[in-house]
Amino acid sequence: MRNILIGITAAVSLSVIVPAVNAEEAAPLSLAATTPITSAEVTGSVPQKLNVSKANVFNRLLKKIKDPNAAPPDDGIHDRANDAVFALQPPKVAYEGLPTTTFGNHVDWVKALDDGLLNPRYDRVDPDVEPFIMDLDIVRPVKASVPDVVFPHKPHTQWLHCSNCHPKIFIPQRLANTISMSAIILGQKCGVCHGKVSFPPETTSCKKCHSKPKPADWKPPLSQATVKNPWR
Amino acid sequence: MGAKMERTSVWKFALLGVLGWVSVFLMPQPAEAEYADVVINNYADAAGMRPVVFPHWYHRIRFRCKVCHADLGFKFKAGGNKITMAKIIDGKFCGACHNGEVSWSVENCGMCHSGIPGTPTHISGSTVQRLVAPAYKALPQ
Repeated sequence: MRNILIGITAAVSLSVIVPAVNAEEAAPLSLAATTPITSAEVTGSVPQKLNVSKANVFNRLLKKIKDPNAAPPDDGIHDRANDAVFALQPPKVAYEGLPTTTFGNHVDWVKALDDGLLNPRYDRVDPDVEPFIMDLDIVRPVKASVPDVVFPHKPHTQWLHCSNCHPKIFIPQRLANTISMSAIILGQKCGVCHGKVSFPPETTSCKKCHSKPKPADWKPPLSQATVKNPWR
Repeated sequence: MGAKMERTSVWKFALLGVLGWVSVFLMPQPAEAEYADVVINNYADAAGMRPVVFPHWYHRIRFRCKVCHADLGFKFKAGGNKITMAKIIDGKFCGACHNGEVSWSVENCGMCHSGIPGTPTHISGSTVQRLVAPAYKALPQ
């Protein structure tokens, strides 16, 4: 029994070299044992770690993906018992030579299309049908201090048809659509595609939409709680 | 004598501990499926088939969104299309192309029905899946 305890302690104390979170978890365990050898090993770095509260551990709400373009057999949703999975093309093979990004598929699909690297069909059978492209930018002022949104119709009409968005998702009328980031993240409005298929709203992709700087004289609007305050 | 035994056993267990940690880091890390892969499990599990995994990326290299989402009538909702094999054989949904003419035909069951049994309908890597309380969490394997 004592040997097992020593073993655990030794393992734990050696684990100090691996990430700090492990060391914090391990610290209470190593205190439980009283063997001189192990405690000597431990005293180097652990007691200082003990003072650090769990509150300091980073809480990553939107976790980073470890292997963004995993091959189908290794991606966690394909059944490895199914032989056909091994016949499927791995995404990395198909993405070779395409411009990259740091989010979504890690491929800049719109740029790939503009550069002529991709030529997806606009019709089910006829490869020669040209897409109906509308080049119209819509500027949407944003209440917050982030840059205003410019919605470009061009890259959207390269891929989609008008009826995909209008009038069900977006009413084609000025000031008729209320859009918020929370709605988008929960899969409404822009989030019907962005965040599921097209590039997701992430900290590195904000500026793809929020691209028009605020006018020089712009000031953040005062909140109602401030405006209504008679002692202001 | 007793002290010597004590010492060897300590190192034995220390080695065991090191091996334990090494094995933890050598274990396959849970990888995330390709962004926008759709798992469709409306009826597959109940019919004794693996759920379908639809790779968006593979299709968008070959077709623009408009072909499926405007012409073929696929709704922008995972599991919202109520696709059945009967509809596919009638030339609807996947069957519009997977008919042996535009693309390979329905006899390649395992190519689509390739998901881990019991996986619920969801879009992998979507913002909703990556929230603090995700709509669907991967099952332990």
